[in-house]
Amino acid sequence: MTREEIIKNGELVYRRTPVLTDNVMHYCPGCGHGTIHRLIAEVIEEMGIQDKTIGISPVGCSVFAYNYFDVDFVEAAHGRAPACATAIKRLNTDKFVFTYQGDGDLAAIGTAETIHACNRGENITMIFVNNAIYGMTGGQMAPTTLLGMKTVTCPYGRTVEANGYPLKITDIIASLPGTYYVTRQAVFTPAHVRKCKQAIRKAFENQKLKKGVSFVEIVSNCNSNWKMPATKANEWLEANMLPFYPLGDLKTPEK
Amino acid sequence: MAKELRLMKGNEAIAESAIRNGVDGYFGYPITPQSEVLEHLMAENPIEKTGMVVLQAESETASINMVYAGASCGKKVMTSSSSPGISLMQEGLSYMAGAELPAVVVNVVRGGPGLGTIQPSQADYFQSTKGGGHGDYRLITLAPASVQEMYDFVGLAFELAFKYRNPALILSDGMIGQVMEKVVIDDYKPRWTDEYIAKTCPWATVGKPANRKHNIITSLELDSAKQEEIVNRIQEKYRKCEANEVRYELIHCEDAEYLFVAYGSSARICQKAIELARAEGIKVGLFRPITLWPFPSKQLKEAAKNVKGILSVEMNCGQMIEDVKLATECRVKCEHYGRSGGMIPDPNEIVEALKKQIM
Amino acid sequence: MAFQGTLVIDTEKCKGCGVCIVGCPKKVIALSKKVNHKGYNYLEMVNEAECIGCANCAVVCPDGVITVYRAKI
Repeated sequence: MTREEIIKNGELVYRRTPVLTDNVMHYCPGCGHGTIHRLIAEVIEEMGIQDKTIGISPVGCSVFAYNYFDVDFVEAAHGRAPACATAIKRLNTDKFVFTYQGDGDLAAIGTAETIHACNRGENITMIFVNNAIYGMTGGQMAPTTLLGMKTVTCPYGRTVEANGYPLKITDIIASLPGTYYVTRQAVFTPAHVRKCKQAIRKAFENQKLKKGVSFVEIVSNCNSNWKMPATKANEWLEANMLPFYPLGDLKTPEK
Repeated sequence: MAKELRLMKGNEAIAESAIRNGVDGYFGYPITPQSEVLEHLMAENPIEKTGMVVLQAESETASINMVYAGASCGKKVMTSSSSPGISLMQEGLSYMAGAELPAVVVNVVRGGPGLGTIQPSQADYFQSTKGGGHGDYRLITLAPASVQEMYDFVGLAFELAFKYRNPALILSDGMIGQVMEKVVIDDYKPRWTDEYIAKTCPWATVGKPANRKHNIITSLELDSAKQEEIVNRIQEKYRKCEANEVRYELIHCEDAEYLFVAYGSSARICQKAIELARAEGIKVGLFRPITLWPFPSKQLKEAAKNVKGILSVEMNCGQMIEDVKLATECRVKCEHYGRSGGMIPDPNEIVEALKKQIM
Repeated sequence: MAFQGTLVIDTEKCKGCGVCIVGCPKKVIALSKKVNHKGYNYLEMVNEAECIGCANCAVVCPDGVITVYRAKI
């Protein structure tokens, strides 16, 4: 069968979701942000909630998320996305509200807003992209930077003495009674992507139940600031990030 | 329904007015001397009456960002705090001015700097009228001098905030917030419907219908040329506001040879000082700016045309006097008299200051 | 049931990260020696007959540049 025949007579297995705009994303080649954006957009498309969704972008690499999602979007001050989501959801209870935050935004400057939105049990979805580094500002240490890991602000490697421990904020969040579903996922292989999408879907569906925060951490890469090619970054992620940030559900309604 | 008369604290009047003006949401954090705003709202439980959301946030930082996001949805949202809390909110206020969002913030000022005192002060004049946060922006600033004005200015502040898509500030102080006075209150006005918001706030992030582009609320623009355009557009809006929204009051100015310029609590005290001074034959009047930004510069210049001197009476170390001097182009002798640290000037002190510094 | 698949690649939006190549079970795709307008060596099919239309490449693509079709054979 020729290529033309397959396209003409076969089935369409995969296409870019129209819930993403046509704008070319500014992310570096191979960055997990693009994949995660796509998964969220696909979930919004599949649930048919494009007209009912309001997203909140952080400060950090994904500050421009609003240029890529074809949904209404609010750009929050650094760390304040959970406070923003709280107000939007409380004032628009019929809408689907999600935050999209990186590790610096969610687990450093915005820790208070994160913990309190989760503890209040706001009926929102929170997407947390953890790549253990500050991407936008040029590779500084994040609260989630691994011990021994080099960044431009811990150039000889993170030490406990100088910088304290990497923060497993998702574990803290799972311990809060206001959260309903807490999971840690990744997007560096097709299998992980498919699983992550199911988790995001669940995290959005949960808003219908009004039972509290659904929180999805996604362990991701930062090949530019990790200073390695995208494929090597994904290998490094599997070898170094996953042992410290193991994948799987931390809290599910069933358990 | 006939108008109702109630005895209320200034802080309670703010809260009651919010409910009755169809405000959609209040987000706040307790701080003396304004905690009665949140307390009154919680006691009234307006979600049952009008559907208004009231939330005690984890901090002033969270409160102002809740206001930012609520305003993004075209909702009428507000917060209140006192000086140290308002300092924490400056980030959010700058973002709101940059993203052109309407909201109302109430500052029941206490003495600073730092943790300062919980007593009344007017030391936040600069912060309120000259920016406070980063970037070129202004807050529409209203200064109530009575509990009735606390009540009335909530509606007015929302009207101006939405007209200019900019945050509006009610700059009160611990005295007006805590004092009890008679207040005429209105009947409940309904909150805006989703349809009304969609029509009047086409920029609001309320969920994107198929027939329009997605709305984005942001204050970020990395292209400098575009950012300059945005800043210029905002400035143009401010010029319109300056031309149209100046509010002030003249008291005993007709025959005045001297002028007090004072706002809020100071303006009330000056009225007694005028009475005392006039009993001694000193012809003094009061120019009371009601909008501190836009400042009634032209009107003050006019009022000061035939006076021999001006005393700017403030509960601070001399802040508004800079605007008074600019307005009068230093053509008239102008001095400052003030108390700070939460001290409230006595009318006799003010008369003495007038005699000593101006006459 | 066997499938034959094919890809439509938006080569101008491809950033040549190669994540999809690792994900392909049939070694159907590779980076071109040519570059697009941005200077990236973009993705191309080099072993078209082997494609089964599994969409692994499209699923891991951060930029959503791959459209996948398949037909029963």
